[in-house]
Amino acid sequence: MTVEQAFTERMDEGELMNCMRCGFCLPSCPTYIQTGGDEVHSPRGRIAMMKAVHDGLMPLTDEMTNSLDVCLGCRACEPVCPAGVQYGHLLEEARTIIQDYKKPSVKEKVVRRTVLNELFPKNEQMNRAVGLVRFYQTSGLQKGVRKIGFLKLFPESMREMEKVLPAIPKRTRTDRKRLLATGEKKATVAFFQGCLMDTMFQETNQNTIRLLQSAGCDIVIPDGQGCCGALHGHAGEKEKAIEMAKRNIEAFEGMEADYIVLNAGGCGAYLAGYDHLLSQDMEWRERAARFKARIRDFSSILIQHGFDERIRFKKRQHRVTYQDSCHLRNGMGVHHEPRQLIQMVEGADYVEMKNADGCCGSAGVYNLVQPEMSMQILDDKMKNVKEAAPGVIVTANPGCLLQMKLGIERAGLSGLVEAVHLADYLNND
Amino acid sequence: MNDRLLKTLKGITNGHARASQADLLAYSYDGTPGFQAMPDAVVSPGSAEEVSEIVRFCRSEGIPIVPRGSGTNLSAGTTPTAGGVVLLFNRMNQILEIDEENLTVTVQPGVITKDLIDAVEMRGLFYPPDPSSMKISTIGGNISENSGGLRGLKYGVTKDYVLGLEAVMPDGSVIKTGGKLAKDVAGYDLTKLLTGAEGTLGVITEATLKLIPMPSSKKTMLAQFAAMDQAAEAVSAIIANRIIPATLEFMDRATIRAVEDFAKVGLPLEAEAILLIEQDGAEAAVNDEMQLMKEICEKQGAFSVELAKTAEEANNLMTARRSALSALARLKPTTILEDATVPRSKVAEMVEAITKIAVKHQVTICTFGHAGDGNLHPTCITDARITEEMHRVEAAFEEIFKEAIRLGGTITGEHGVGEMKAPYLEWKLGASGINVMKLIKQSLDPDNIMNPNKIFGKSEKKRVVVGK
Repeated sequence: MTVEQAFTERMDEGELMNCMRCGFCLPSCPTYIQTGGDEVHSPRGRIAMMKAVHDGLMPLTDEMTNSLDVCLGCRACEPVCPAGVQYGHLLEEARTIIQDYKKPSVKEKVVRRTVLNELFPKNEQMNRAVGLVRFYQTSGLQKGVRKIGFLKLFPESMREMEKVLPAIPKRTRTDRKRLLATGEKKATVAFFQGCLMDTMFQETNQNTIRLLQSAGCDIVIPDGQGCCGALHGHAGEKEKAIEMAKRNIEAFEGMEADYIVLNAGGCGAYLAGYDHLLSQDMEWRERAARFKARIRDFSSILIQHGFDERIRFKKRQHRVTYQDSCHLRNGMGVHHEPRQLIQMVEGADYVEMKNADGCCGSAGVYNLVQPEMSMQILDDKMKNVKEAAPGVIVTANPGCLLQMKLGIERAGLSGLVEAVHLADYLNND
Repeated sequence: MNDRLLKTLKGITNGHARASQADLLAYSYDGTPGFQAMPDAVVSPGSAEEVSEIVRFCRSEGIPIVPRGSGTNLSAGTTPTAGGVVLLFNRMNQILEIDEENLTVTVQPGVITKDLIDAVEMRGLFYPPDPSSMKISTIGGNISENSGGLRGLKYGVTKDYVLGLEAVMPDGSVIKTGGKLAKDVAGYDLTKLLTGAEGTLGVITEATLKLIPMPSSKKTMLAQFAAMDQAAEAVSAIIANRIIPATLEFMDRATIRAVEDFAKVGLPLEAEAILLIEQDGAEAAVNDEMQLMKEICEKQGAFSVELAKTAEEANNLMTARRSALSALARLKPTTILEDATVPRSKVAEMVEAITKIAVKHQVTICTFGHAGDGNLHPTCITDARITEEMHRVEAAFEEIFKEAIRLGGTITGEHGVGEMKAPYLEWKLGASGINVMKLIKQSLDPDNIMNPNKIFGKSEKKRVVVGK
């Protein structure tokens, strides 16, 4: 079978036809805007290409594949689509088909192999890798490597990323699997740790748990959970993503918890899409639907339980803004809650940044495989940051957090602006 | 397109011409269902001079030119059905001047309509034409299509705000029409001729538009009815009572449900029809007229008439209404909308006729639209893959056109003829009317390179012209 035949067989024709080409998605698309209004790099254009190949009108060309590669997958086009086209699903299926049939470039292969196959699926590996980063940072190796110029071999964005990696804390993770609410218990939540959050950002996880406890949640942390599979799914590695989805569903199924809670928008939206991922499998589809129904971002849980009315944080006077996580906003529909929580902090002078709902260019491994467009988007984002002039940028997803740190570095704002995760922000000075 | 031609186009535009399969495909359609055709090249000129050179070159080579804004056209007016060059204006997208002494704005054609509206509103000025696609559409596209919008009833449509144009004619010459003038009768009104010409007579490269002062206050309300005819009668009654609201929009039950499913602004799912009413002006007058319209609606049987409590709520309602067409696409794979317009006293009759025609041809037609100015958008939700049903859809729309014309109306109020409605134009104009238009077209564009196949059909539908 050719890649074109696979498009004909595997792409969802109903969903392709659901796009009636009104163009309402265009102003929301970061790559359409960045390319000066190039329809090739718009959701409507991409769907037209998928449909043309699906309909057998033309072969899949390199330009078409490139257009799909350049897509951030931020899904900003979905909430603005009156027809309700599930663009993210179409993109993922198209990428999976292309992945099945095309040879990726050497650079992409390396990124894929190390990041997708080795690092993310296995928590031990992630632990070891992040441990290495810690060793790298504390041993003096970091200085040495910077001197030798080894990093020049990598794209600019990756070199800069190396500078902004958080200092990795020593592994101090709690081994307790059940933590109790402080005060009156209102709900039991199962905590989804995530792979990156559980290693590089374990302090953020600990803070999230503490916040949930003070909101009145008993917390259980199921064994056997792992990476959500989002990076794999978005990159067209569907089989791997399915494997991980099943593992997570199994891990949480037995848990008696009202909700499954996490603090990474990218993972949350992906977990909430497991039913689609497993839609070909009757049994798993239903298990996934039950799993999905319980997924919540921690900010929603805090608001839902009146956390913002009961708890007050006090910080020294500062100006603060919020950068949406695309998938938290467009995939899970959560955008009021984080803003509401920030504004409850005493001393917070909240300012809404222009285009705060626009992607920052991080987009999973996008900033590694599409460094040029990613940095273009980020630099535009930083212009809006400068205009809003905050001291703190709050984010709700690890990818966005690292990207904003990178942006601060690139814009020469180090020391003036700080990027933090919402869970780390919500405390007293 | 062969390499020589593409090279020339690149030469003219400093490299801004392309022709990969992906490029051509991405500009092979607009917002019209059922129309798609590949152009031969996609070109983005940066100035009127470049446009002029492109036009001269294309004319010498016999290459069609299709000027295109953001491709939200709903009558296949920007689908390159004869191939050729799709002309984009993404490099000509600047607001050149806001003149606060003459109350005008001068723009390049690629400016997004909403950006223009926002820019002038920052200065307390008002550009009323607001097509539902205004966040996406370009002002050049609006002028070429003479677009309407939700505020058309009180404020008119795009042509009422175009004071002057710069355009490249089919022979490559650059003309300037009108100016920052309230009065100007120097010869034929070429400004009006080019406005709404759908790119068939030339390419607009700059426009000077009229602005008016921003109204000092605005109120919005939603009236709910248990029957469609009550809502339609209320529209006629409001106008008959000498009230001209800024907006008077109609939505039937199916449309309400589809829109609410998308927008989630709290539209009443139990209503058979709603009217969305907005009035602006001096506060006292607005309050009086809103009260009067409330009473009229209630007299016609409205079971609820409520004012929006905040500006945000009002804005959400208007935004929701603008999504109606696309929201209907949730229901079926294919959404075909029409644009039949009747004198506003005939709105109730037209709504009733549409209902009957839908039953007769066994098709699903949802109706919404700018009821206050008689401009309805009966929208058929169907599936283009079912040929037999598509025949019935076509038959139903033919009958709707016929009925609109019988009531003294027209086949298109604001979407343009394009290619989609070209076969029906003669029903509205008659043979002599078409003839005059063709003479204009032939004298200005004898080689027929400017957006061919548009407005004038290859063959008119065989039907006796009815009505006036």
